[in-house]
Amino acid sequence: MTTATPVSPRGTLGVDTPKGPAQLLKNRRGLAKLLLLAVVAAVAVPLLHAQYGAAWPHALTVDVSGPLDKTSNWIIDNRDSHWLFVYFLGHLSNAVVLSVRGVYLLLLALGWTGVTAGVALLAWRVAGWRIALTALLSFVVSGLLGMWIPTMQTLALMVVAVAVSVVVGALLGLAAGLSDRLFRILRPVLDTMQVLPAFAYLLPVVLVFGIGVPAALLATVIYAAPPMARLTALGLRGADAGVLEASASLGATGRQRLLTARLPLARKELLLGVNQTIMMALSMAVIASVIGAAGLGDRVYQALASVDVGAALAAAIPIVLLAIVMDRTTAAAGEKIGADASATGPAFLRGWRAWTGVAVITAALALVGRLAGSLVWPTGWAVDIAHPVNDFKEWMVNHLYSGVPVVGGTADWAAHFTNWVLNPLRDGLTALPWYGALLLVAALAWLIGTWRTALTAVLAMAAIGVLGVWKPSMNTLSQVLAALVVTLVLGFGIGILAAGSKRLEAILRPVLDVMQTMPQFVYLIPVVALFAVGRAPAAAAAVVYALPAVIRITTQGLRQVDPAAMESARSLGATRWQMLRQVQLPLARPALLLAVNQGVVLVLAVVIIGGLVGGGALGYDVVTGLATGDLGLGLVAGVAIVCLGLMLDRVTQPTERRTTGKGA
Amino acid sequence: MSRTRTRTLAKLVGTSAVAGAVLLSLSGCGKADMTKQASPFAAAKGSKSVTLSVQTWVGAQSNVAVAKYLLEHQLGYHVDTVQVDEIPAWDALSQGRVDAILEDWGHPDQEQRYVKDKKTITAGGGNGVTGHIGWYVPKYWADKHPEVTNWKNLNKVAQQLRTSESGNKGQLMDGSPSYVTNDKALVKNLHLNYEVVFAGSEAAQITQIQQFAKQKKPFLTYWYEPQWLFNQVPMVEVKLPKYTDACAAKGTKDPSSIDCAYPTTPLQKFFNTEFAKRGGSAAAFLKKFSWTKDDQNEVSESIASSGLSADEAAKRWVDKHPDVWKKWLPKK
Repeated sequence: MTTATPVSPRGTLGVDTPKGPAQLLKNRRGLAKLLLLAVVAAVAVPLLHAQYGAAWPHALTVDVSGPLDKTSNWIIDNRDSHWLFVYFLGHLSNAVVLSVRGVYLLLLALGWTGVTAGVALLAWRVAGWRIALTALLSFVVSGLLGMWIPTMQTLALMVVAVAVSVVVGALLGLAAGLSDRLFRILRPVLDTMQVLPAFAYLLPVVLVFGIGVPAALLATVIYAAPPMARLTALGLRGADAGVLEASASLGATGRQRLLTARLPLARKELLLGVNQTIMMALSMAVIASVIGAAGLGDRVYQALASVDVGAALAAAIPIVLLAIVMDRTTAAAGEKIGADASATGPAFLRGWRAWTGVAVITAALALVGRLAGSLVWPTGWAVDIAHPVNDFKEWMVNHLYSGVPVVGGTADWAAHFTNWVLNPLRDGLTALPWYGALLLVAALAWLIGTWRTALTAVLAMAAIGVLGVWKPSMNTLSQVLAALVVTLVLGFGIGILAAGSKRLEAILRPVLDVMQTMPQFVYLIPVVALFAVGRAPAAAAAVVYALPAVIRITTQGLRQVDPAAMESARSLGATRWQMLRQVQLPLARPALLLAVNQGVVLVLAVVIIGGLVGGGALGYDVVTGLATGDLGLGLVAGVAIVCLGLMLDRVTQPTERRTTGKGA
Repeated sequence: MSRTRTRTLAKLVGTSAVAGAVLLSLSGCGKADMTKQASPFAAAKGSKSVTLSVQTWVGAQSNVAVAKYLLEHQLGYHVDTVQVDEIPAWDALSQGRVDAILEDWGHPDQEQRYVKDKKTITAGGGNGVTGHIGWYVPKYWADKHPEVTNWKNLNKVAQQLRTSESGNKGQLMDGSPSYVTNDKALVKNLHLNYEVVFAGSEAAQITQIQQFAKQKKPFLTYWYEPQWLFNQVPMVEVKLPKYTDACAAKGTKDPSSIDCAYPTTPLQKFFNTEFAKRGGSAAAFLKKFSWTKDDQNEVSESIASSGLSADEAAKRWVDKHPDVWKKWLPKK
């Protein structure tokens, strides 16, 4: 571990001048890189073109469908007899069924009174009365929507999935936090686990475990464990060296140091990890329903079959509420840790007494519910929202779809967006000769990074060609780029506005929460109704999903700009616009870059949903792979999506020339 | 430094091993039979429970809804339903995760593998409904331009069917990737100036058809019957070159050579072999289960358009047609 080289000297006023490509061209290094690439191109392009032509050469593709089909046949043939399944995977899946069933029966035994009271009291102990009230309301709403039983099923599955994800993630994170080599090995694995669309690995999981809860749980763990692992590793690596030194000098052994110094110091990151894991697991609740995971997700999925947005929404609202309650509770717990942990108030509201109180009240209320003979939410207390929601959707679509004066309707917008943006982009990218695309990627990545990042980006693109999905990948890339640009323009704009006004931010918060946690299946039907089948609704769905994160990160980044720099700029008589352009945005550059990175990841995550509304290309291939049991098709398209993500990340994230690795 | 680190790592590995052992002991030692797994949410009634596979289209939901209602109310079973795509459903059926599929549109590969080779699945006869896939245009358009109901005239109207997705060709809309389709081959082999646009899911396809119908726009779509959408949006089938056995034989050899219409398929039921042998009165009941297209559509219509829950729709039909379902009940 060598220390990082000092970053470039700062300009006056402590403001870092932005490094756009233009700026980079001015300094000699960038120019040299480009010249070198130009020379390489001049030599290589004619040769390659003469040899292979402009389309990705067939000679350079590897067909992986044969071996993958063999694998899937082997699994089907040996599932009931091979020791691997009988003595290992079988037990695994039985253990899952047993634990989920245990939690489910416990929840049912507590009845609706017990569960609601228990969760509300727990939230109150951990996070204060406001969140407790939210929790109480959420469970009442789930009951009112007639979704009590599915909510309990989803909750049971989530409790087990989150527990397993946290344990697995923490173990991986511990290993990565303690050993540099493991850390380096794990990083790409974690990246892949998160960017690989869940749809792509649903089929392999189903082949092994069969449809049902074990397969759903495993898929959820694959998706939800990485953030825990990352943040655990980050927390352990970021521990204060001084404290560690002190504990070492007191003669603590390695294990003592881990337990008494490193882990407690990493508490904040660990809790953030739990929080992220919960959110990821809930977002899988619906996707996992495609392989028989019962619960709320299944209700959403079934409502889709009869094209019933209202029914889908009724099942989706409890998911959103669960997510918001869990998010707020764990976030509040994380904030408390930093502060003084002693709660205010009289003694009986603190420590073990309070917890006993929570348990006693929960048990008492559960008993009351039992005696009253209503364990399940009373059927009479249900509100039907499906009809009003459907009526509203009809009304909205009727008024917006076409013939709005002046601006035209959503259908016209979609057609224009497709004809003027998506088509030229797609045609351009597919017509671009493959070596041209590789050179372009290399140039972009090398200008803002090092030769290593450039090489990674080029190899990722080459892998797409080798897998034989060059053309659909270019189609998907064009859609992703278009959606990304729209997302960033809107996101930066709204983020800047929200950073300037506390009130707007407060209004936006619940809206963004809902946008982030609403299962994507729910807006599948409305986007088609508004934008007509094709790539336009796919882009719309991507924007809806990726926008909240971009807005949030932008707002936060601008808020955290050093007040001293702002003050000095103001004293120099800068206008608000000048301040924004010359002080705030340049200083918030790391946050903006993070926003771009998150935008890329989230837009790619919706490629699959795009495939369900006519986006075609890779997303459609992944869905087809699952639907027709074609392991090769789905996995290859999934891997291509990962490669696209890797490439986009490398050409948008500047890397300094340094020998230390970045954080997780 | 590094030594303590390795030691800590070793301990970690040890701990995980212990955890794994605990996990194993949880589910008992020895062999674990993965085929004998109930859902954790299944009612604890053990012997008297049946799991049915539901496909994503509403007709399949109707079969299951009625079968479920009768199994529960007449024979005292507890019924679980699982909604999955067709191919994964076959896989689940062979493993005994589900006991029966009540509507299959023909999967020769799967039949070969599970029914003929492995014998883990047993054919259960037809469900009485005949399915048909074809190309359809809306009635309001066909009434004005009767010539569009013949494939030979489709090229003349291609320009009217353009969308931004199909570019300068006409749009032929397909739906879910899990459905049986030869449309790409048909367009190519019949030299039609059309682009097959996949909506990607049935929900998206239905939404788009409803949207077109609202605006009285012309469209051409892959569709199938029995389907409740016909009651909302009346459609007329486009005549394709006649389906022949020769064409079918050629198609099984090379799917890209198909140049004739889709066959009509008597829809089939399939059971898990174990269930078919030992499923008692439930298996006997499901073997006899068979009804007509109109019956199925009646239930589908109440689910999809009247917004009834599947269970309510089934109850309504069962109350109205005792003469049909009385025949399915096993002799006491």
